[in-house]
Amino acid sequence: MRKSTMIVTLVVVLLFIASWIFKTMTAPEVDSTFDALTQGFLVTFAAFLTLAIMSFLYQDNPFYKFAEHLYVGVSAAYAMTLGFWSTLVGNLFPRVSETLCGWFQVEFSGQHDWQFLIPPILGILLLMRLSPKGGWISRWALAFIVGTTAGLNLPRFLRSDFIEQISGTFLPLLVDWEGFGHFFSNLSLSASGQFVAILSNFVIVSGVICGLIYFFFSKEHKGAFGSASRYGIWILMITFGASFGYTVMGRISLLVGRLTFLMDDWLGIISG
Amino acid sequence: MSGIGVYISLFLIFGGLVTILVYSIKGRDVDRRIIFAFVFFATATAIYYNIEFKETPTTIVKNVFDRLESLPEGSKVLISFDFDPAMKPEVFPMANAFVRHSLVKKHKLYLMSLWPQGQALMTETIEDVIKVEFPEVVYGEDYVMLGYKAGNEGVLNVIITNFRKMYPSDAHNTNIDSIPLFDDVKSAADMDIIFPIGGGKPGPKEWILFVGDPGQVPMAPGLAAVVAPLIYPYYPRQVIGLLGGVKGAAEYESVLRSKYPRFQDVPAPALSMMGPQTLAHIVILSFIVIGNITFFMKRKKANA
Repeated sequence: MRKSTMIVTLVVVLLFIASWIFKTMTAPEVDSTFDALTQGFLVTFAAFLTLAIMSFLYQDNPFYKFAEHLYVGVSAAYAMTLGFWSTLVGNLFPRVSETLCGWFQVEFSGQHDWQFLIPPILGILLLMRLSPKGGWISRWALAFIVGTTAGLNLPRFLRSDFIEQISGTFLPLLVDWEGFGHFFSNLSLSASGQFVAILSNFVIVSGVICGLIYFFFSKEHKGAFGSASRYGIWILMITFGASFGYTVMGRISLLVGRLTFLMDDWLGIISG
Repeated sequence: MSGIGVYISLFLIFGGLVTILVYSIKGRDVDRRIIFAFVFFATATAIYYNIEFKETPTTIVKNVFDRLESLPEGSKVLISFDFDPAMKPEVFPMANAFVRHSLVKKHKLYLMSLWPQGQALMTETIEDVIKVEFPEVVYGEDYVMLGYKAGNEGVLNVIITNFRKMYPSDAHNTNIDSIPLFDDVKSAADMDIIFPIGGGKPGPKEWILFVGDPGQVPMAPGLAAVVAPLIYPYYPRQVIGLLGGVKGAAEYESVLRSKYPRFQDVPAPALSMMGPQTLAHIVILSFIVIGNITFFMKRKKANA
């Protein structure tokens, strides 16, 4: 281990201990010293993990690796444990075994539904992937999962993402039209106003048509067709821009969440 | 004092940006870590000084509020916590706002999750919001915690026809038939409104495809910002409105506070986040402008 790495590690450990002691001494509303110690440790450890993850922005390092692996491990373990208790104990055992229900203290459904043994059998088959010789058996379960998912999704996507979306594009270009006099006398930029509704519908209809034209490569993109194609690419670019803006907002939200934790829960320095 | 601090911080941030602009124009590269540092300090400044902005609800958010507001007392409201701690800062405020609004209107709450980590966050809502702010509500009569079920869209495909097949018991292993809230509920289609909250898979999209459309149930998703643009096309035919990212959550908190003064003193994390959001966005936009100015100047120099 390099000298600089040892010094950094030592500083981190010392800061961790100092923070733990400080948070233990300032822990609010606790019944015992043990509770204060636990609370102090949890807040300090959470702060350490946050800073360890953020340290990647500077460069890759062992603290980041530790936090990343811990996060993945804890998430997987949590999902597995909850899956066991909610699905196996909650859904399977009450339908197949009165004895198991007794062990896990859940109510037996009253009758045995043997068809519910098929999913755990498929689950065991899936685990055969871990076996060097019997790995091929897991393909049966995997095929079942892929087939079922495709079968479930096809009609739903066909209805919601295809038919409903197409019919949603058939919009009136003149909303509540009662002549130019009525239109100009009620002209406003209100989101619920007639002008904005007409404009929105026009953008949706023209955007969809021109966006599709951009992806139509059997005809050369020039003349009126080319103009429509250019309009289509503008619509696409604006859409991507909006998506990027939303993504930035999402990432900043996460940063705000962690900084609020560090500055409020850990350091306790937020004013107001 | 805090006013002076804000001005000094803003002066330092924007002074720094001007320095970087000059630095870039001279043809020097800016290390990416400097950009991170600026975003970090801009965000931290807004958090430290608690900079807030007034939010006006947009139509798409107001539609959601108005629909919940117009439902008669005792309507059935299902909230699905389809997110994990990584998504928590932007969507958890939505969940809490929906819970507050539903309970103040005396609706019946059904809480469930398609994500394992969602159950822990659901528990947090129950402990910190329901039990603290609404001590009069009774478990099983006013709200129920169904918890997490594995199976992704398979779960939704079952509960749209029969809740009991997928949820024979609640999260505490209490038989669903002994819970009064389920006396007149057979499936998810019996709900008066559903709030799927999340941003991954399974999430709001699956709720629209597997429950909203086939069951004709009004849906109002609360979305992580990353997926919001993907759900917008479903408005207004397939969803009655939506909350996109922390901005949507802030708008909802704002309208909830203005309608119900009792919520003036409860935390509004999304509203608090809009200050840091605004400042961070200004810094990012500044860097985009700096990058473009430098790019065009370099190109002009190369062509000359």
